Amino acid sequence: MKRLTAMLMVLGLFAAVPAAATPASDTLLVKYQSDGAGKPDAAKGKKDWTREEVVDGEKMSCATCHGTDFSKPGKHHKTGKVIEPMSMKVNAERFTDVKKIEKWFKRNCKDAWGRECTVQEKADFLTFLLAQ
Amino acid sequence: MHMKIKSMILLVALLGATGAAQAEESVWTWLGTIWRQNEVNPVSNAAWQEECGSCHFAYQPGLLPTQSWEKLLDAKALEDHFGENAELDADTLKEVRDFALENAADKSWYKRARKIAKATENGEASLRITEVRYIKRKHHEIPEKMIKGNKDVKSLSYCDACHTQAKKGVFDEDTVRIPNYPDWED
Repeated sequence: MKRLTAMLMVLGLFAAVPAAATPASDTLLVKYQSDGAGKPDAAKGKKDWTREEVVDGEKMSCATCHGTDFSKPGKHHKTGKVIEPMSMKVNAERFTDVKKIEKWFKRNCKDAWGRECTVQEKADFLTFLLAQ
Repeated sequence: MHMKIKSMILLVALLGATGAAQAEESVWTWLGTIWRQNEVNPVSNAAWQEECGSCHFAYQPGLLPTQSWEKLLDAKALEDHFGENAELDADTLKEVRDFALENAADKSWYKRARKIAKATENGEASLRITEVRYIKRKHHEIPEKMIKGNKDVKSLSYCDACHTQAKKGVFDEDTVRIPNYPDWED
């Protein structure tokens, strides 16, 4: 019984943190660490967000398409397609699907930086974005 | 005698009516399929809508022939999809590829799709819908300022910028509204 109360308290603790994690983000952060990432660093994620690389003659960063105001939608740099806001506060669908998060990390890191992101970079980004 | 004249008139009228259609298909194809659907088969696959539609207008498979979709929807090719990385996992790729190949222009019975099939049956299949001869011809008369020079359109690739029913696979002229040019038809 005691154990159950303790478990419920721990669960309650998680629930009390508003919109700062999802089952999917929890799963991924655990996975990134088991794949070799250290402690996630949100400040590094924030810095990396606007770090530009030249890919195919175009200066690219995450912010090129997503912007830096996470409550606002972004815009695809080529197709102009609206990208829903990154903030979970205004977009409840964000970070709820492990496969989707991984798919976009893979594609977007390659598009913006010309290479896949490391597990550390992904952990940093995810932690930074979850707090927005 | 009277009867003969009547049937002559009917025949002439029938030939006249088929004239337009003949440009893109044989009269027999046209006659055999008078009652089939117009336009292009709408997208009926959730993965297609999600995977293609999250970056650009989810072009219907009926807008390109099988040969083009085979080239486009290939694991290697998607890594450089018109300059963007559009990699898909193997299961998803199979689903969208199958959907495209089953509904490609040359497999479709929708009229507009058939016209696209006809226009692409010879020669190297284009990877761009905007390069299909039929599509080019259909937009030939629209002045450049209304498409390229129009800040709310920019390119022929943005179907739904002007074709208000594009999502439903309807590209009929009556459904076209060109931003900033309300009287474009004049």
